[in-house]
Amino acid sequence: MSTLEKTETLEATTIAANTQISGSQAVLEALIHEGVDTVFGYPGGAIMPIYDALYDYNDKLKHILVRHEQGGIHAAQGYARTSGRVGVAFATSGPGATNLVTGLADAMIDSNPVVCITGQVFASLLGTDAFQETDVINITTPVTKWNYQVTDATEIPSVLAKAFYIAKTGRPGPVLIDITKNAQLQLFDYEGYNKCNHVRSYRPAPIVRKEYVEEAARIINEAKKPFVLFGQGIILGKAEEEFKRFIEKSGFPAAATVMGLSALPTDHPLHVGMLGMHGNYAPNVMTNECDVLIAIGMRFDDRVTGRLDKYAKQAKIVHLDIDPAEIDKNVKAAVPVWGDCKETLPMLTALLDKIDHTAWLQQFRELEKEEIKEVINEELNPTTDIMTMGEVIRELNELTGGDAVIVTDVGQHQMVACRYAKYNQSKSSVTSGGLGTMGFGLPAAIGAWYGTPDRDVIAIIGDGGIQMTIQELGTIMQFGAKVKILILNNEFLGMVRQWQQLFHDKRYSFVNITSPDFVAVAKGYYIDGNKVTERKDLKSALKTMLEHDGSYLLEVMVGKENNVFPMVAQGTSVSEIRLK
Amino acid sequence: MEKQEYTITVYTENTIGMIGRITGIFSRRKINIESLNTSPSEVDGIHRFTILISESEEVVRKLCRQIEKQVEVLKAYFNTNDELIWQEQALYKVPADVIAEKAYVERLLRQYGANVVVIRNDYIVFETAGHREEIDRLTAELGKYKLIEFVRGARIAIIKDSAGFHAKLKQFEEEEPAPDIVENEFLDQRDDVFTM
Ligand SMILES: Cc1ncc(C[n+]2csc(CCOP(=O)(O)OP(=O)(O)O)c2C)c(N)n1
Repeated sequence: MSTLEKTETLEATTIAANTQISGSQAVLEALIHEGVDTVFGYPGGAIMPIYDALYDYNDKLKHILVRHEQGGIHAAQGYARTSGRVGVAFATSGPGATNLVTGLADAMIDSNPVVCITGQVFASLLGTDAFQETDVINITTPVTKWNYQVTDATEIPSVLAKAFYIAKTGRPGPVLIDITKNAQLQLFDYEGYNKCNHVRSYRPAPIVRKEYVEEAARIINEAKKPFVLFGQGIILGKAEEEFKRFIEKSGFPAAATVMGLSALPTDHPLHVGMLGMHGNYAPNVMTNECDVLIAIGMRFDDRVTGRLDKYAKQAKIVHLDIDPAEIDKNVKAAVPVWGDCKETLPMLTALLDKIDHTAWLQQFRELEKEEIKEVINEELNPTTDIMTMGEVIRELNELTGGDAVIVTDVGQHQMVACRYAKYNQSKSSVTSGGLGTMGFGLPAAIGAWYGTPDRDVIAIIGDGGIQMTIQELGTIMQFGAKVKILILNNEFLGMVRQWQQLFHDKRYSFVNITSPDFVAVAKGYYIDGNKVTERKDLKSALKTMLEHDGSYLLEVMVGKENNVFPMVAQGTSVSEIRLK
Repeated sequence: MEKQEYTITVYTENTIGMIGRITGIFSRRKINIESLNTSPSEVDGIHRFTILISESEEVVRKLCRQIEKQVEVLKAYFNTNDELIWQEQALYKVPADVIAEKAYVERLLRQYGANVVVIRNDYIVFETAGHREEIDRLTAELGKYKLIEFVRGARIAIIKDSAGFHAKLKQFEEEEPAPDIVENEFLDQRDDVFTM
């Protein structure tokens, strides 16, 4: 659609200025002006006027009624992750709003652009312990990029414009707008909607300093053993192409953080794997071998760095990030290149000398061979009858070819999926990286599908995690999201069991979790499903799942006491990563 | 790195909830705020926080970056005591008979430049302003003679080397301000950026 057409349709579908409208209508008008097509939400007393207005917006806004507000915000996050747009969630006051908190914390630490709108009691009742009144603004302050309480309808257009602007610009993050019921009901003279593009106290991105780019280029050009680490910043900055050109010019080996997965196709010859506690062997070991470490759009999380005082001490660190607070936060940079990597990467690429680093890259490949021999072969092609999580992912890769969106929950299956899933294109991995929120997977997958309905969306979830948000099967049932749910059932809270085995003398304390008949549960929600207990049925079952038109649940029974390796044990250095 | 007193000066929008957002940055890291003052600033509509903490420079620098990251914060500065002109105010309530009977107390108060705020026949309220050590010393002395009430105000401070915020604000209001506004000033003060 041309911009002209777009403007025309926008005019045709929105309310003209100088009309009397209610605060609730103003909320929905704002969403339409911001290009929102899907809202995940749950109604209740304090947000009823907005839901009442929504009744007339049925043809313009799709509202997905989730089964729990946590599911609503996780869906909004999943939507944001696959679409690159702002995810929107509605919730009522009190319990509705507090149910959002886990998702807000998750979105905050993983930089997801999300706008939450919560209803609030009448302004006249604020502070009276009114029915379903909670101090949402105070509760959510540490887990939002910005929050604001509206008590007067006239503020709504400008506050929502600001909310969307703040959520999606700079380092994205969640914004919560709490609107009292009187403001939702209040009629006011609508002056039209103006998008926000400037907030005086807020700088989305620092201005790029050329001298730092030049200094960074000098250091990188002098490097004998340069190593690139990339995070979600590449995806958020829509800088996948710029990044590829950067590493390809001189052939830098590049490793992804969990959040950076799929920013570079897995098969790219310079992709040397994943960093972190359960990342690949070579990138962890080489972190302490390289002479220049180029970190792009990543934040040196402790799961990536392991023991900090033994992290890359030999290397000069060049850190590219949009958020000045990340520079020197955990790891001191020799040169900070702060700014939007979409802007800084091409500047840096232009200054690079063409240097051949194949011999250096080869060293990664040698270590990779070791990992294949010690870990990967057995995981992907096990020699015993017991099925592994890895072989399920391998079969899946073979069937999807790497084109699917992989959403995960949290635990062993998450690490295995992140390690072995193949990604051909960006925005294909949705996982709770920073907060590690069990229960994230299913609702996030629903949102992920709405964000990109033409792609296959596969949710890989443990038998523990699925039981945290299993009620979202009801959302799938009602609205028909085509999500393929793959439960990897090890009959344990696997990741915790692994730690108890390795670090607590195998004292398995409350990690054996029993499960319902998942296929029967799915059936109860009118979702087709199947269960696989033997290898011979795996491939065809996966095929049936993928070919099924609609949602599907497949449960695969995998080894009860399998562990995820390699592993950087807590408190050890990345180079002490153990293969078994 | 050694801990010492730092005064953090924060310019913010005057919106509800800013105190919570800012103090949360400290409490989350288990850092104690020794004193906190909020007041209007030299610029209309802009609020000024003055926060006193005892920490290492590295910690203070990181804190300031987290503070500046807040959407409604315009700028955060941190300074050591020698870069500031600062004052703390104190109020003392002393029984009237002590003043009447003990000439020494009166001398003491005069010596510390304390001013009388209220005189009643049962007590007298004095006020003094100055540096912490002087106030602490006077408090200790008065403690010997039945100090009924004592309160010390938060530190307020003027940065010696600052032209105020008027010009800066204009820059903030522009959509494309000069680089020094956009950048975090502490990044410019990085010690070993180009020393290798
Ligand atoms: C909400 C929440 N509670 C607890 C945890 C701690 N935790 C991390 S992994 C894990 C086990 C997950 O078990 P399961 O879902 O079966 O997946 P598996 O590790 O077996 O693949 C637990 C309990 C968490 N990450 N999130």
